[in-house]
Amino acid sequence: MKKKKHFYNYLWIWTIIYFALGFFNILFAWLGMIDFILPLLFAVFGGNKFFCNKLCGRGQLFAVLPKKIKKFSRGVLAPRWLSSPYFRYGFLIFFMTMFGNVLYQTWLVYSGVNSVSEAITLFWAFKIPFSWTYTAGSVPAWAAQFSFGLYSLMLTSALIGLIVMFLYRPRTWCSFCPMGTMTQLICKLENKK
Amino acid sequence: MLKKFAEVNKNFCVSCGACAQECPREAINIFRGCYAAVNKDLCVGCGICSRTCPAGCIEIKTEN
Repeated sequence: MKKKKHFYNYLWIWTIIYFALGFFNILFAWLGMIDFILPLLFAVFGGNKFFCNKLCGRGQLFAVLPKKIKKFSRGVLAPRWLSSPYFRYGFLIFFMTMFGNVLYQTWLVYSGVNSVSEAITLFWAFKIPFSWTYTAGSVPAWAAQFSFGLYSLMLTSALIGLIVMFLYRPRTWCSFCPMGTMTQLICKLENKK
Repeated sequence: MLKKFAEVNKNFCVSCGACAQECPREAINIFRGCYAAVNKDLCVGCGICSRTCPAGCIEIKTEN
């Protein structure tokens, strides 16, 4: 039975466009805030995970890639601990701490303590120069610093997702995605009321 | 006659919706963002959801 396709079935293309735009101008990284805010809005006001279930371009990308090229995923079930509550909540706390660090670095630039670090940090450890994506003075320095930080976070999580997609099942990232964990927690709390 | 159907372990389900997206019978819903719920009347126990689930929390069961 062939399922009807909707516009949101093609949102994986948006994920590719997002990362591509960041290579030309880092300020496009701000668009990544959609992925942070929309799931929370659906969870808090709708009590559902509509974003994860239908609109998440990243989850779709991980599902679509192995369909196009079979070798992109081994299709093996990931170890149970990867989807255990301990790991999921632990990763959520870690991820949010790192997001807090992005905000802190932005604040340091805003208050004049630091200057813009024209580099992205992959896997929270490896600095990669990214200066060609930013023209100094085009926007306030703090806005550029936030872009570099957010793009680092988005790219790192996408790379982790691609690695686990290859090693295990296509959407293994979804089993410990911090936004998915957070929105499921909100939905569970709302349903306990 | 034996009927096959999918059963979700609600404690491990991450409600990502990967199963619902792949189900050819549209027999799976994400119940209020908490877990995947299978409509037994629609489910034919094909096992696609079980093979898709990233958390490995769907089993195919058989009953009379």
